[in-house]
Amino acid sequence: MTTQPAPTGADALLARAEALRQALPENFRDQLVQSLYAEAEGVARRAVHPAGERRRDWDGLLDRLVTSPIFGLPIMLLILAVVFWLTITGANVPSALIADALFWFEDQAAALFTALGAPWWLTGFVWHGVWRGLAWVVSVMLPPMAIFFPCFTFLEDLGYLPRVAFNLDWLFKKAGAHGKQSLTMTMGFGCNAAGIIATRVIDSPRERLIAILTNNFVPCNGRFPTLIMLATVFVAASFPPALASVAAAGSVVMVVLVGVLFTLAVSALLSRTLLRGEASAFSLELPPFRRPNLKQILYTSLIDRTIFVLWRAIQTAAPAGAAIWLLGNIVVGDQSLAWHVADFLNPLGLAIGLDGVILLAYIIAIPANEIVVPTMLMVYLGVGMMTDTPGFTELRALLIGQHGWTMLTAVNLMLFSLLHNPCATTIMTMWKETRSLKWTTLGALGPLAIAFAVCFLTASLARLLGWA
Amino acid sequence: MSADCETCPANTALAQMGLDVSAFDHLVALAGNPNTGKSTVFNALTGLKQHTGNWPGKTVTRAEGGYQFQGKRYKLVDLPGTYSLLSASQDEEIARNFILFGQPDCTLVVTDATCLERNLNLVLQVLEISDRVVVCVNLLDEARRKGLSVDTRQLARELGVPVVGTAARSGEGLGDLLTAVADVAGGRVAVAPRRVAAHSALESALQELLPLIEAAAPGLPNPRWVALRLLDGDQRIRQALLNGELNDIAQRQREAVRRFSRKMAVEGAQ
Repeated sequence: MTTQPAPTGADALLARAEALRQALPENFRDQLVQSLYAEAEGVARRAVHPAGERRRDWDGLLDRLVTSPIFGLPIMLLILAVVFWLTITGANVPSALIADALFWFEDQAAALFTALGAPWWLTGFVWHGVWRGLAWVVSVMLPPMAIFFPCFTFLEDLGYLPRVAFNLDWLFKKAGAHGKQSLTMTMGFGCNAAGIIATRVIDSPRERLIAILTNNFVPCNGRFPTLIMLATVFVAASFPPALASVAAAGSVVMVVLVGVLFTLAVSALLSRTLLRGEASAFSLELPPFRRPNLKQILYTSLIDRTIFVLWRAIQTAAPAGAAIWLLGNIVVGDQSLAWHVADFLNPLGLAIGLDGVILLAYIIAIPANEIVVPTMLMVYLGVGMMTDTPGFTELRALLIGQHGWTMLTAVNLMLFSLLHNPCATTIMTMWKETRSLKWTTLGALGPLAIAFAVCFLTASLARLLGWA
Repeated sequence: MSADCETCPANTALAQMGLDVSAFDHLVALAGNPNTGKSTVFNALTGLKQHTGNWPGKTVTRAEGGYQFQGKRYKLVDLPGTYSLLSASQDEEIARNFILFGQPDCTLVVTDATCLERNLNLVLQVLEISDRVVVCVNLLDEARRKGLSVDTRQLARELGVPVVGTAARSGEGLGDLLTAVADVAGGRVAVAPRRVAAHSALESALQELLPLIEAAAPGLPNPRWVALRLLDGDQRIRQALLNGELNDIAQRQREAVRRFSRKMAVEGAQ
């Protein structure tokens, strides 16, 4: 940009323009837009002609079905359940295979280090700390993501997502929020940071803030593995094998619905208190259904999303693995540092139906939610004790048998995972998008407070009723 | 893409350069309504894999990419998808300011053949700002499926700028598109963009302002549009007038005209 003095004649021009502007009819802008539309209509009419036979209007039929007031929502829930079911059943076997391979490698490498005379702490730090953190994250996260993301991208390219927004619009309007928030919420399933960036499609600053502050209430891909694991270990196990995966998928859908409920409730609360205002009208274009391009889907979902999220998880898992190993191996007094911290946190954890180790895992996992479960298990297991493949049966035995988990722990951990504070990347994104310390702080601490309150309530209620 | 297209010189000359936008010869802006396949066109030309998805407003960040065609390097800037350049949403502001102040050598407007009417609103508005425009009528495959045919020649005659039909997903028409962009960016085709007529009260106000604009920023390519914006009280345009940005645009336009006429003179002499 140049900073020259104003060009000669500019002031006279502006003064004249302002004077003429006052003299113009008030609706001159509308008239201008109208003549633009008329012109466009004329040009289009002369250039577009019907040709050939119009095929049966399957698109219209499909549209009426998926956006119907009666079938729209059930179809949506069904699709969601099918996606989760595919993810859960499909991920089981590859997860176990990858875990087998990576943990076998850990054993071999550690044995090699020992044989070469490396000090025990080096072997432990590298293989039982850093490597194990990586192995856990890769084996737990990769298969579900490699199934979930292509499914999600398929629905996106097909054109289903705007229909979801259409179906949910009235709910958001009731909550005093923008209808497009259902779109950004849906993006949040992939990654909350991405969902928050997507709120740029909302023009009104008030409604955009609501969308930013509540995006965290849908579980992102880093949290799905936690939910799926809990659903598989606790919910599915109490059903006959034939129904197990369906029950697990159903319970994940339930958790998602609770998340949507909190999104709406918190949006409504915000739009009636801190961010008071009317829901603004908007027109949502329903794009035509398009046949998705398979190559594009695989590329987008596997490279852009899966590898991207996995890489981020790996970057945080390696240092976290190292931190846990150190915490677990530096012994002060009669126990390790990790257990000192866990013991300290334990009363608070128990009050909300969890325990100290879980809270410790959440603190270590602030950079990325993906590593909550691995962190927890590593603290529970201590070091060098995990020689078996951590299959779901062993997990169940470990958590219920040795560490006193109950159904309440599982339910509350699911709730806590759904509601707690966003990960560091999401908080950074909030800051970048709002440039406001106040809103970023609220976006980070608000959900945490809600998570504590809700878990405390369910724990107290369960104990009052004698369920736990 | 059919076998003919693959061997066509127009296509074989395309070299996708991904993120490499260094030392480009021409700057091309990519505009269009949301969900018209703008990102698909962008990816097809640059070889990048910008995320495409079937919902409006998905591209929220400006993307840039490069390609090389017939020995010239192009920098392609994907603008946010908008329905108009009139109202004051952030996206429309970004798109409009880039077309005006970014001074692209060519603005490629991607339109949806299945609902051309709505898309032409944006095309007409872009034509008000810039005359270096190529219109891409995309999604021809979908239009055929819906039993529609688009007469691109008729469109080109009416709009006064090159119009190319494409189905970017399958690569249909991309060779012609590249040629059209190259012609407009290189100043090899005469353009006479259609400008929407104003009603009488507005027209007389415009006529009164035009000489004043010509005096303040001589040689501006779009004085009529600037006059309209000033009458509408557009703060950004007022500012551009006062800080000399409009003069810079006029200056560049004058140089381009000089270069063009010199080139014509040289070529004419041969």
